[in-house]
Amino acid sequence: MEQMKILLIILFSAVFVDNYVLSRFLGICPFLGVSKKFDQASGMGIAVTVVMLIATAVTWPIQYFVLNALNMGYLQNIVFILVIATLVQILEMLLRKLSPALYKGLGVYLPLITTNCAVLGVTINNIIDGYSFAESMVSSLGCGLGFLLAMVLFSGLRSRINESNIPTPFRGLAVTLIAASFISLVFMGFSGIVENIFG
Amino acid sequence: MSKNKSLSVLTNGILKENPVLVLILGTCPTLATTTKVTDALGMGLAALVVLLCSNVFISLLRKIIPETMRIPCYIVIIAGFVTIVKMLIQAFLPDLYSSLGVYLDLITVNCIILGRAEMFAGKNSVAASALDGIGMGTGFTLALFAMATVREVFGAASFAGISIPFMEAYKIEFLSKAPGGLLVYGLLIALVYAVTKGKAPHKVSFSCAGCDHRDTCKIETCSKKEAQA
Repeated sequence: MEQMKILLIILFSAVFVDNYVLSRFLGICPFLGVSKKFDQASGMGIAVTVVMLIATAVTWPIQYFVLNALNMGYLQNIVFILVIATLVQILEMLLRKLSPALYKGLGVYLPLITTNCAVLGVTINNIIDGYSFAESMVSSLGCGLGFLLAMVLFSGLRSRINESNIPTPFRGLAVTLIAASFISLVFMGFSGIVENIFG
Repeated sequence: MSKNKSLSVLTNGILKENPVLVLILGTCPTLATTTKVTDALGMGLAALVVLLCSNVFISLLRKIIPETMRIPCYIVIIAGFVTIVKMLIQAFLPDLYSSLGVYLDLITVNCIILGRAEMFAGKNSVAASALDGIGMGTGFTLALFAMATVREVFGAASFAGISIPFMEAYKIEFLSKAPGGLLVYGLLIALVYAVTKGKAPHKVSFSCAGCDHRDTCKIETCSKKEAQA
């Protein structure tokens, strides 16, 4: 029961309180780039969640059973980024072969994920926070879902922005960032929610 | 390479093609490490060193690295230098190391570095790539410094850790929190656009230029079309 509660706390804080995009600023590039339409935003969000889960499932054992065992923790960065790049490549090839329909929906977003800092960020953060394997998986799930939530919410806001009349210097990215700032402000309201629900 | 051209390669990164404010690359560290001026300078200089080393190294190897395998090669080179810089900071500047945390590792996936490797170092001579690395790195550091100054002075009423008593009554705490970062960044981009009157090459509205997959990318909003427009 106690274990369950810890996992729930990790999940809720990753989705709402410490949202990766809006309060830790990881994965900002796709957040600004691929959030113009709802279907693209949700496709990217789901693809990132899947990659985060698989990447954590692979990098956690590598860290604990290979790098730590051989006392080579300093190679973490190089090993993780290579593992993520390879994983994404394999996932793309598998999807293309096994499920062309799914590939059409998700596959196109996969190449963009290699250099998404949220994926490398979540795998390294899980190690820094000293999470167990189950906790790491839940934390990755939460981060992915938080990313998806932020993307979907923001795509709705952006379609409104596109239709409004904006002063020239603010057109394009400037107004998008300011809008993102308001969404981030909304998410700040969630701080403290975890203590109140589970405390 | 004439003297004039090398000067323009060096100064391009500072305002005309500022990686943060004009090319819109490296947004994550820009937003995350600019709550304090010292953190921002540390981040900027760390990225400058990595950028300079990786640019020189990639430029040296540009004839050996095969075209199809270039991205993984670039990433490994960059990750190697990031690890070196990270270990040096951990040894000599432990305070900075603990406040930058995971963002130091994330220099590996900073689009500025991969972007410059792809756009410049892979195609140009070693000397030009070194100058480009210094110019872009300085532009990155200056942009981070400007943002951190605004956020620390107005948000926390201090500058590089030294408090400014006169600002104490007027500080807007929101600016040093997450939403403030996005707001200040948006305002700065608009300001740069207004000052340069749109003459700065607003080729991309986000980081497509630095994206290593822009040639294969099938997402309409992130296609070559937009990069060329």
